[in-house]
Amino acid sequence: MIAYLEIFITELSRYFLGIFIALYAFTGIIVLFRDDEYYSNDGIYIFQNFLMFLFHFSSFLCLCFKSDNMKLMGFYAATELLMIGIILIAKILYPLSDKLMTNNMCMLMTVGFVILTRLNYNKALKQFFIVTASMIITMGVPFVIRRFKFLYTFKWIYASIGIAALGAVLIAGTVTYGANISYTLGGITFQPSELIKIVFVFFVASGFVRARGMTEVLVTASIALVHVLILVLSRDLGSALIYAVVYVIMVYIATGNFVYVGIGALGAAVSGMLAYNLFTHVQERIQAWIDPWTTIDDTGYQITQSLFALSSGSFWGLGLNKGNPGTIPFVEDDFVFSAIVEEMGFVTGISVLTICVICFLRSMQVAAGLNSMFYRLLAAGLGSAYIFQVFLTVGGGVKFIPLTGVTLPFISYGGSSVLTSILLFEVLCGVTLVAGDERAFYEKQQAAS
Amino acid sequence: MNKNKNKNEIFSKPNTDKNTSNAQKHKKNSNHAIIFSSAVVCLLFICMSIFMVRYSMTHEIEMFDNSYNSYAKRLSKEYLRGKIYSSDGEILAYSEGASTQEQSRVYPYANMFAHAIGYSTHGRMGVESIANYYLLNYHSGIVNAAHANAELEMLTADSVYTTLDTSLQQIAYDSLGVYKGAVIITEVDTGRILAMVSKPDFDPNQIDQTWNEMLNDPENTSLLNRVTQGLYPPGSTFKIITTLEYLRENNGSYDGYGFNCTGSFTYDGNTIRCYHGSVHGGLDFPTSFAKSCNSSFANIGIGLDKDKFSKTLKDLMFEEELPYDLPSSVSHTNISPELDSHNMMQASIGQGQDSISPLHLNMITCAIANGGELMRPHLVDKVVSESGSDVKTFTSQSEGRLITEEESAKLTELMIGVVQNGTAKRLKDLSYTAAGKTGSAEYSSATKDDSHAWFTGFAPAEDPQIAVTIIIEGAGSGGEYAVPIAKRMFDGYFAQNVNSEEPDQQENAATDQ
Repeated sequence: MIAYLEIFITELSRYFLGIFIALYAFTGIIVLFRDDEYYSNDGIYIFQNFLMFLFHFSSFLCLCFKSDNMKLMGFYAATELLMIGIILIAKILYPLSDKLMTNNMCMLMTVGFVILTRLNYNKALKQFFIVTASMIITMGVPFVIRRFKFLYTFKWIYASIGIAALGAVLIAGTVTYGANISYTLGGITFQPSELIKIVFVFFVASGFVRARGMTEVLVTASIALVHVLILVLSRDLGSALIYAVVYVIMVYIATGNFVYVGIGALGAAVSGMLAYNLFTHVQERIQAWIDPWTTIDDTGYQITQSLFALSSGSFWGLGLNKGNPGTIPFVEDDFVFSAIVEEMGFVTGISVLTICVICFLRSMQVAAGLNSMFYRLLAAGLGSAYIFQVFLTVGGGVKFIPLTGVTLPFISYGGSSVLTSILLFEVLCGVTLVAGDERAFYEKQQAAS
Repeated sequence: MNKNKNKNEIFSKPNTDKNTSNAQKHKKNSNHAIIFSSAVVCLLFICMSIFMVRYSMTHEIEMFDNSYNSYAKRLSKEYLRGKIYSSDGEILAYSEGASTQEQSRVYPYANMFAHAIGYSTHGRMGVESIANYYLLNYHSGIVNAAHANAELEMLTADSVYTTLDTSLQQIAYDSLGVYKGAVIITEVDTGRILAMVSKPDFDPNQIDQTWNEMLNDPENTSLLNRVTQGLYPPGSTFKIITTLEYLRENNGSYDGYGFNCTGSFTYDGNTIRCYHGSVHGGLDFPTSFAKSCNSSFANIGIGLDKDKFSKTLKDLMFEEELPYDLPSSVSHTNISPELDSHNMMQASIGQGQDSISPLHLNMITCAIANGGELMRPHLVDKVVSESGSDVKTFTSQSEGRLITEEESAKLTELMIGVVQNGTAKRLKDLSYTAAGKTGSAEYSSATKDDSHAWFTGFAPAEDPQIAVTIIIEGAGSGGEYAVPIAKRMFDGYFAQNVNSEEPDQQENAATDQ
């Protein structure tokens, strides 16, 4: 009887998992179009939590059956409690915070826990502690953003921190003769360029507070260029690309002038050509992107293994523990999306992407609602940094663009990746609170006049 | 108090110039930038998702068969490899073993289907290669899977029905006897391959034991499928193509052509001789073709436009991969605008540098028989799950028109002449009308027999059903050695198919199992 049950649970669970998360993504889209100000979305948010729970529970149940390891249910309970904790604490500490963002973050982390448990239980366990610690560390961030209104005055402090930190990494890397862009402490990886990304967004946002003319653009552009150049010299091209794109989007939104996007695209084309001619590893990546099959045993190995995973997964996936994502090098970090599709299918994969895009769109909605340029740019910049990173890692894994080797926020394993993603969302949460305050302020003003 | 001041400062900052229309405009532009960026990101993600799904779908089987992909290997340990059936329902291959981890493949017909069915260890070949994806996937439903799981039974992956016919294959296999060579029989209007024999052969049941031996002996060519990968001088069968070119350059007509054969033809000091020194005397075009007069065709070849000829050869898929599911040899001629007259004469009669695979010649024959349109030759009819439901049916696929309907009619007429009063007379006066062309491809060798015997043709000429292509290495003339084998093939086919046009054999297959 157990044997029957096992097959039915493991075979049918892949359809259920896909349906749960697809439904979740669908409700997210609905909420995007239903402003919390005018509609009551509480029911939808609770429904989302319910779907999240179903996804979480059934995937862990499936993992238990497949691996005959009932202690996983203990880990399930721990992660479920963590998720409930995150949602409750956000509700208690910041009752006005955006529930869609909190839910999305928890849903993505749930997917992350499921796939990491499947790939490497020890890493999943570490991830659990990283998430818990990051949540505790960043718990006060929305409060800081909301109350400390002078954050926009620290322009040069942000610039100095960014350049100093990235420069230190570059020098340390040169000293050890390697492309060391990350540090490992007790099996937890820290990549400073990820955290500095947030500081960089603060810098650009504060650069356009007073005016948005040519001078401001030139000043911020030269500082941004220093950041990007240091990253290029550290061979951290993925991050360099994120910094550059985020900068261009922020300038575009700050000035409303499309010309800057044109200049940015031109700059990207020229520097892309330069990078291709200067760096052999860039050439390798591009070659492996155009035709990975001829170098399948060498530079094309990663991407072809990832493509194999995607194609064997197909729409509903092979089922948890039924695939073999371990053949993809760095699967827990850069290729976690391919592992998700292999075992949970395109339906889950595309739902995850949809949730990521919903997070981005929500941050843009917040930005558009703000009058204060600093917070407007903060929201747009952080949202862009987040979604562009998703685009780079997933696009690289599915052969849509060349590989850059960045992580999938909230899902990939990694110390700085998780901490940065959570911090980024907490800052966004703070900006959402500011947006609420701003609205209230203008309403009061209007009522007064 | 302080808090409030700060709050006011930051909120009222844009407010100071809020009244100016400039600030209003700026906010609008900024919002447009936000909307535009959001739209671009959404579009990018939609494109990426579509690309991801599309790439996986279109490359699915190719990636599945890639040796770097571990998925197929995992499936092969999970299920018994599927069975392979002939079109008349005989099992051509199945797997057995104590567990799915240690299964072995059994080929009940041993050598007979060696190249057509192939093998699945040491790389893959034949149907085992074409249908590898289907033979490893399971579509018998979750209930059967659960049942098997509970009873600890093994699950068998999907089965494949081939187009091959055991009785025709048997005739072809026996007819070649001890000769080296190849036979292929194809249904002309569907491209279904009914028989495919290559000799020397091997026993796929013994492949593990004999593999190294066969591979290490450079003289041993047993593993080579001569049908698809053999390359032979086409000899006089090439005159079909020379004729086609002649028709194309002479408004589709050969009336008015005349030639007096004295046993040889000399041009620019180079001489072409007729096979075994025959003297054919005064000839028109159909008789030149029927008697396969080398001298006359060398004469025709000299008059042809080499530029147009290479274009015609391109139409007929020379110098390119053939449309077939497995790798095949690329046929070649050295006809080009720069070719000198001696080599041109050689090329026109299928000697010299000309080379062709039996599969290719069969495809050209099929196109002639099918009014000019080529149907893609294929070996797999359908995939059926172990529980009996159809998983996938392969329909006939057109590869386009190689020649026009008029050209096809003219060539058919000439090929009937070969049977009626030419080199394939042994096919004359039967219950069906055959059409064809023989060839005796000479090759230099120290042995006594110095030509490969070719025959390619189809029947019935008025409503062609099958095309047969035969090559027997070093046997002698095509008329003497290849034509009798073709006769046995046609006889065998029409004995089976005389009453019913298309016997429904697949029904028996299911009950056999």
